[in-house]
Amino acid sequence: MEKAGSVSSKPGNPLWLLAEITYKCPLHCVFCYNPVDYTRYGEELSTDDWLRVLRQGRELGATQLGFSGGEPLVRDDLEILVSEARKLGYYSNLITSGVGLNEKRIAAFKEGGLDHIQLSFQDSTREMNDFLSSTKTFALKQKVAKLIKQYDYPMVLNCVLHRHNIDHVQQILEMAEAMDAEYVELANTQYYGWALVNRDQLLPTRGQLQRAEEVTNKFRERIGNKMRIFYVVPDYYEERPKACMKGWGALFLTVTADGVALPCHEARMLPGLTFPNVREHDLGWIWYDSPAFNAYRGDSWMQEPCRSCPEKVKDFGGCRCQAYLLTGDATNTDPVCGLSPLHHLVTDVVAKAQTPAPKADVKPILFRDDKNSRALSKTPV
Amino acid sequence: MSETAQFTDDTVFELQRHFRFQWEPAQLGFVLLYPEGMVKLPGSSGEIMKRIDGKLTVRGIVEDLQTAFPGTDLRGDVMGFLEHVHGKGWIRLKQAG
Repeated sequence: MEKAGSVSSKPGNPLWLLAEITYKCPLHCVFCYNPVDYTRYGEELSTDDWLRVLRQGRELGATQLGFSGGEPLVRDDLEILVSEARKLGYYSNLITSGVGLNEKRIAAFKEGGLDHIQLSFQDSTREMNDFLSSTKTFALKQKVAKLIKQYDYPMVLNCVLHRHNIDHVQQILEMAEAMDAEYVELANTQYYGWALVNRDQLLPTRGQLQRAEEVTNKFRERIGNKMRIFYVVPDYYEERPKACMKGWGALFLTVTADGVALPCHEARMLPGLTFPNVREHDLGWIWYDSPAFNAYRGDSWMQEPCRSCPEKVKDFGGCRCQAYLLTGDATNTDPVCGLSPLHHLVTDVVAKAQTPAPKADVKPILFRDDKNSRALSKTPV
Repeated sequence: MSETAQFTDDTVFELQRHFRFQWEPAQLGFVLLYPEGMVKLPGSSGEIMKRIDGKLTVRGIVEDLQTAFPGTDLRGDVMGFLEHVHGKGWIRLKQAG
């Protein structure tokens, strides 16, 4: 065994299955992680396709199942998928904006055995929530939050943080407390998809981040176990990369609306890999044998400084997608790492974010919608 | 932060609301599932958790395990495990009603 230790290339079974059952979404969030060219992807999987995927995922040993999108409520067969998931023994989670959730549907989900619902908010006030999602949805989300309680679901609130709402963390947490939320996820934006396009508009300053973390810690101390707060740090401000997805093809398996299987929800834009489609292959082959899922397992693909780094067993060299998006080569060290020779690609962006750009230089913020997606499909990002 | 695990031999525990405990054939082991997470409960931890059913008292759990696995004194292990998982919020005192 070499001195730095080695990352096992032998995969365990997948534990999380993320079913992105549709790319359609009534919201237009500026930080959406969906591919910017989502309008170019083909027909959605049928109900039968999804039932097969769920069965195969469970046979492989996946226990956690997320229904996501887009907005999963757009699909009217979600009730069928939820019931099947429960029968198979998944612990299932509906990841939703709340748009489309009414009493009839939530009653059917409860009956079918859905385990929990994660409701997203964009901010603590109607004005900012509605601006950031480019919709009028704040009041509706409040109503949905009540339904979630009424049907005895654990309340899991999610709010993506960025420059425009991070100063409202106190208010966001107070809103969550008033709603009796049991779990709150404050997730700093990760810069992929639409968020990367809007990065200059979204990256907070160091001061904003420090204040948000202080507020969160204080709140946590006061509230204790009553409300669990997950705070996801923005990796651009770190000196070591995140152990993205706990390793490529290690635990997570995403299936997209059109049936493409991915080791993470961003990977489909990586060049040089053919991601298998569940219409043509079963999940067992996809997970264990497909070239794409094996591409970045283990450490033989790594370059220096990762290859000889003792920390590679901990962080796997960071995120392949970020390495590709920022350096042009997915086998490079994630430039978030202070040891990366290209670390300046991140620190330059961070430095720029500390002082607001003159108004004239600011690009307009780009909302996630079909028109913008079609435009972005024509130009490589 | 976490409430101190105060309990006696007569205490009855149940799983935390919305937690699910189940056998995983693919992993040949018990797991505990909850929003955003899962813990594997290998060996004795799975055997103890299996008996947290909202009916058995702590004394009952120890006795039942002693019967199933005779020969060793398990009380200390059980108490330690219960204190740990109660502190984590995976189990709670049996609620009235």
